[in-house]
Amino acid sequence: MDPVSGRMPSNEHTCLMPTSAPATPLRVVLVGNPNTGKSTVFSALAGVRQRVGNYPGVTVEKKTGQLKHDGLTLELIDLPGTYSLAPHSPDEMVAVEVLLGRLAGWPAPDVVLSIVDASNLERNLFLVSQVLSLGLPTVIGLNMTDLAHQRGIDINVPLLAERLGVPVVAIQANRRIGLQHLTRVLATTAKQNSHPGAGQGTPQNERENPFPAHFRQLAAELAECLNVGRDQPLPPFLVERILLDGGNYLERKLLDHASAAQMERLHAARQALAEAGTPMPAVEAMARYDWIARLLEGVVSRPDSPQQTTSDRIDIILTHKVWGTLVLVGVMALLFSSIFVFANPLMELVDFGVGRLADGVKGLLPPGALRSLLVDGVIGGVGAVLVFLPQILILFFFIAVLEDCGYMARAAFLMDRLMAGVGLSGRSFIPLLSSFACAVPGIMAARVIENRRDRLATIMIAPLMSCSARLPVYVILIGAFVPARSYLGGLVGLQGLTLLAMYAIGIFTAVLVAWLLKRTLLRGETPPFVMELPGYKMPSGRLVLQRMVERGWGFVRRAGTVIFAVTIVVWALAYYPRAQQRVDEVIDRQRTALVVATQQASPGSPAHAEAIGRLAQFDEPHQHEHLDASLHQRYSLLGQAGQWIEPAVRPLGWDWRIGCAAIASFPAREVVMGVLGVIYHLGPELDVSDQADQNQLQQRLHLARWDDTGKPVYNIPVALSLMVFFALCAQCAATLAVIRRETGSWRWPVFTFSYMTALAYVGALLTYQVGIRM
Amino acid sequence: MTSPSDQPAQEVTQLAKLELGGRGRIVRVSGNGDVSRRLLEMGVTPGVEVHLLRAAPLGDPLEFEIRGYRLSLRRGEAEKIDIEIL
Repeated sequence: MDPVSGRMPSNEHTCLMPTSAPATPLRVVLVGNPNTGKSTVFSALAGVRQRVGNYPGVTVEKKTGQLKHDGLTLELIDLPGTYSLAPHSPDEMVAVEVLLGRLAGWPAPDVVLSIVDASNLERNLFLVSQVLSLGLPTVIGLNMTDLAHQRGIDINVPLLAERLGVPVVAIQANRRIGLQHLTRVLATTAKQNSHPGAGQGTPQNERENPFPAHFRQLAAELAECLNVGRDQPLPPFLVERILLDGGNYLERKLLDHASAAQMERLHAARQALAEAGTPMPAVEAMARYDWIARLLEGVVSRPDSPQQTTSDRIDIILTHKVWGTLVLVGVMALLFSSIFVFANPLMELVDFGVGRLADGVKGLLPPGALRSLLVDGVIGGVGAVLVFLPQILILFFFIAVLEDCGYMARAAFLMDRLMAGVGLSGRSFIPLLSSFACAVPGIMAARVIENRRDRLATIMIAPLMSCSARLPVYVILIGAFVPARSYLGGLVGLQGLTLLAMYAIGIFTAVLVAWLLKRTLLRGETPPFVMELPGYKMPSGRLVLQRMVERGWGFVRRAGTVIFAVTIVVWALAYYPRAQQRVDEVIDRQRTALVVATQQASPGSPAHAEAIGRLAQFDEPHQHEHLDASLHQRYSLLGQAGQWIEPAVRPLGWDWRIGCAAIASFPAREVVMGVLGVIYHLGPELDVSDQADQNQLQQRLHLARWDDTGKPVYNIPVALSLMVFFALCAQCAATLAVIRRETGSWRWPVFTFSYMTALAYVGALLTYQVGIRM
Repeated sequence: MTSPSDQPAQEVTQLAKLELGGRGRIVRVSGNGDVSRRLLEMGVTPGVEVHLLRAAPLGDPLEFEIRGYRLSLRRGEAEKIDIEIL
């Protein structure tokens, strides 16, 4: 064992079998600004050997990968893109702890790979400066050298490497240029620094520490004082940060057990800095950028007059007052039409497949609990959600393309003023926009929002954007109950207006909720909008597809677990208890009544013909089955629950059947129409997207009557109240599951469900009560 | 906090008041909160030249060129930055 690094040497056997045990894997951590192509580098190096996981206690994604090179294994960890290593929250702290090896189970990296955008050296070197001060073996990956060259920027790479004191490798990650060399350099650098005498553990650039002398002095003294009585000494980097970052997160986290004397020392140090006229926290930025300026002198040459790049030319259009807005509207339109144009055929395919599977299982098993469980419960339920997979994949694809090519930032730039009025920022625009198609990708896209409170607020209101699952509800109910009047000479139809109104209700409520949240639960300082507008680049097909597949798979996994569980529960509620005898009795009674009616009417009279007709209709194939299904549902736990809550939903204008359907649609909104179909004797095979089936359902709705009064159940106010309920409710297990994943706790999905259900109830109540009085 | 230029002749104003297409040199970034910290990290430091490219259609935010890249700031944020007009 190597006494300094603790690493085992690679075995050299003298035995017969020519095996060599693999050397311990080298740990490589990737850091870099956003938009430097770091993810592309990571993907290119790790290939398919990537895993996404979670760090405990935070919502940051843990991206790890593996790379084999020359008999060595390199373990890669991709940290989130950041502009600075100053931690202000647990999420940001994770990156620092991984780098310092302070995270339980994560020893310090063997080498840090810092990805730098060649056409943006100055700002990128700020992070590099911080990384270097960690004292770890470091390699710089100078990426996007082609773009820099296009802009006329010339970098003397060897000189840069010399001045920085670390290897600098020029690469073009998207074209896979320079990556082999980079891997070799990584391996060499890591190994070099594990040998005794390489000064491991001392900051590589101690002599280059950019801070003014008095700061360094105070930091060193403070470190000595704070490390008294600590079994794990604070590295110099963290001590400097405590001094700089002025009494917030870091101080609370690291010094919660500090003695009064230690805290006194800290305050004294800060006092001394203030007295010396040190601008805090500006001293860090000024010191580091001064260092950068000196470093880059003679290393970078720019053209005298900045050349207008393709990026600049595109930007003139895309951020233009008129053209920019038009393009944005165009992008929005494309996003939506893609759902309906591309997704639909695929969705039908999935639907078909699921249907065939269901038929197959039905054929194999005898009727009974197991068959119903598998067909109606499992396949029906999970299938109803999987049908949305094509739509979700397409959305993920579009969002990934927009992110990768750089347009996301422009969209945020254009919409910020509007969003700021609500208390959010332009970054919330694309996530909320996507939620109009489906909240699942929208909520996941909210990751780009750095500020935790903003991100939460966006996630909380995303489900209020009327998603495409609500559309069948709107279409059927509007088609059945809203008169097809038109105004302005046929331009504006009442039905279309009602549809628009439903969307508007969602948006209006979302604005209100966001405003409220920002005033109460998520109150705080307005977060900075300071945002980089990266240069445009061709999205990397590989990366986009990878992201799409990764997130799509995440959705499927969730569909397989949470939704599966919920669907089984709802199925059981709708299936049990089996009251077959009672159902048979009821069917018999109904038939007998019809038969008696035919016998009582005098033959040849119109009453007789009518009675015969009704009996014939009753005896039509499938009618018994449908009636059977409907009655079973009524006597099931679900049906009983529906009847039990009827008093609560009467003020909304609903009868128990509608209440039942609302409960049953908890896993997925689109299920409600199918459930109503079963309730109204149309059988479980009702296809909501089929026009004919839709018409049938609409007819049944018209015919529905209250059990006690015999009055029609459905009229315009009832239809509206049902639509408003569905506009505002959170009946989507997939969305709640995603919220759980993105926020890291069950608190927020529970909160979302509660507040939305309450809003939906009140909204439906108001709609009905106002509606019947108009 | 020293200003890099000591000629009193240069006009000092806020970045938010810069004309479209105008250039300025940063004199000071005031404030102590998240916004100023973020500005400093992104390279908005005293002595740096900044060029206002355009405003968003609704007048806010503003797009600047600084240290060779494009930065978008809200007017409220640009008000925290003192510059001298070039």
